Amino acid sequence: MSRTNWFSVQTELSSQAKTVLGVFSFILPILVWSIVSYVPVVWHPLVQITDPGSVSYLQVDMRMPRGPFEDAVAEAQAEGQAPPEGFPANPVYLPAPHEVAEALYTAFVTPPPSKDMPWLHQSLWHSIQVIFWGFFLSSAIGVPLGVLCGAYAPISRLTEPFVEFFRYLPAPAFGALAVAILGIYDGPKIAIIFIGTFFQQVLIIANTTRKLDGALAEAALTLGAGNLQLLTRVVVPGVLPDLYRDLRILLGWAWTYLIVAELIGTTSGITWFITQQARYQHFENVYAAIIIIGIIGLGTDLVLGMLARRFFPWDRNGK
Amino acid sequence: MNPEKALPSYLDQSDAVRERFERLKERPKILEVKGLDKVFETPKGETVALKDIHFDTHRREFLCVVGPSGCGKSTLIRILAGLDAQTGGEVLLEGKPVRGPGKDRGMVFQGYTLFPWLSVKRNVMFGLTVNGMGFQEAERQALQWLALIGLEKFADAYPHQLSGGMKQRVAIARALANQPRILLMDEPFGALDAQTRARMQAHLLEIWRKIDITIVFITHDLDEAIYLADRVLVLKAHPGEVQELIEVPVPHPRKMEQFISDEFLATKARLEELIYAHEEKEEGESEEEYDYPDMPRLVEVDDSVD
Repeated sequence: MSRTNWFSVQTELSSQAKTVLGVFSFILPILVWSIVSYVPVVWHPLVQITDPGSVSYLQVDMRMPRGPFEDAVAEAQAEGQAPPEGFPANPVYLPAPHEVAEALYTAFVTPPPSKDMPWLHQSLWHSIQVIFWGFFLSSAIGVPLGVLCGAYAPISRLTEPFVEFFRYLPAPAFGALAVAILGIYDGPKIAIIFIGTFFQQVLIIANTTRKLDGALAEAALTLGAGNLQLLTRVVVPGVLPDLYRDLRILLGWAWTYLIVAELIGTTSGITWFITQQARYQHFENVYAAIIIIGIIGLGTDLVLGMLARRFFPWDRNGK
Repeated sequence: MNPEKALPSYLDQSDAVRERFERLKERPKILEVKGLDKVFETPKGETVALKDIHFDTHRREFLCVVGPSGCGKSTLIRILAGLDAQTGGEVLLEGKPVRGPGKDRGMVFQGYTLFPWLSVKRNVMFGLTVNGMGFQEAERQALQWLALIGLEKFADAYPHQLSGGMKQRVAIARALANQPRILLMDEPFGALDAQTRARMQAHLLEIWRKIDITIVFITHDLDEAIYLADRVLVLKAHPGEVQELIEVPVPHPRKMEQFISDEFLATKARLEELIYAHEEKEEGESEEEYDYPDMPRLVEVDDSVD
């Protein structure tokens, strides 16, 4: 194998090197997290009590800062009484990797605290539905509108200045309004995801459409294509792979609006699970839920990426 | 070029060539360009790109258009194609004025303009199907055109799988599939390497011989113009005007060996005279007078490359 120069600018890596580095991009943060969790000399600002000894205000499993703990030990020893015992610990909001890994499993098999509450998979499914409808409705209007804006200057001038203004308005700001109009259940949540996605979508799709090589349109004109045929047989197929890539990126943005959206009205879905677990200080479950969102997002994108290669065999920019 | 031997005049034509031109001019006029003007509005004022262009093209003629850069060659062919509008004068195709692009005028561009999402066969079918032909008939005809250009094996390949020369062959087939009255070509081989270009030129002449098509071909390569053309339209720059319409005295059928024939060299000498003499006048200095600036010597040089 020839030596690779890793740091020459814009050089393609071998697919083997890409895979290895990709795996390391996950291993590195987990490694840092493990060191902070498992090496007692790194951080560990608290002491978790195993035996309160003679100190009346301490309880087993209580966490307290190291300074006061050492004071309490010194005090008890000076008085000749049993000193409290404990081991270095991190704050409760930073569970160790193995605890979160365990929670990734137990969160799914643990029944909800009461019968009318949803299981984790039900919460997740609810979230996915909210995302789907928000993104679907946005795309159903945003994609055609964006393509029209990109293809026809008058439509672009009539639409884009306002859209440009609207996209600066933070979607969650419409929360209260959405509840007043659409009620407290899924309506306002879908609306927030719609608002968060739609305006960016129109602009991005319009820009992508404008990037179509004008020579292709001219070639089609000289072949006798009419205006409508130009749109349906040249513009749309010509931008389709790029449009698909845009939608993949926008779907990621839709997920980032999910948590805020689900807090509006009655808290639901994965957000309900997260807030519920945080309230009882089950932070390993909180991390597990957040990681699950990441896995679903990345997984969807990978699947869509693989489908792209199937859909657009002529597209050479595709990964 | 051998300076000892005087070249004949480019106006001298052998009997066969003269007879051929007489036959050509008896054929009906396909394209008539009358007093064509094109003025561009720019922030610095008006730029006259084309001024009072007149010429005719007869059926099955191969016309090449040459000229220095900035003479408006591309503007001219875009107006003929209907992609740009002239500011004055008119273009008649078989007596009818040209308005906008249409399938009666095929065009092959310099850049590769095959639709990347369509297979080679579907690219050739494009013009046929947008004009309302059924899928099966269009497919049948497309395969015939691919056979003509010798690419039937690549019918189901995508354009990105083809070499540059193959792409332009498919582009020619795509334009011809509509059976246009005239084929417009805007430096179609400009991006190809020398060998491929020579092959494409021979190939194009072969196609032209086989079918009823009139070709207007823009190039800046004088050899290419003389090799391909019946007549060469020479434009001058600023503003773009017709300098001369030269009847190429090189006999048909054309062969690569003719590149060193007397008629060929005489024609080329005339074209160079028209184009470069004018360019030098325009720039106010000739090649010999041009003083190269002193170059600071950055490295020690103790021998000469000359």
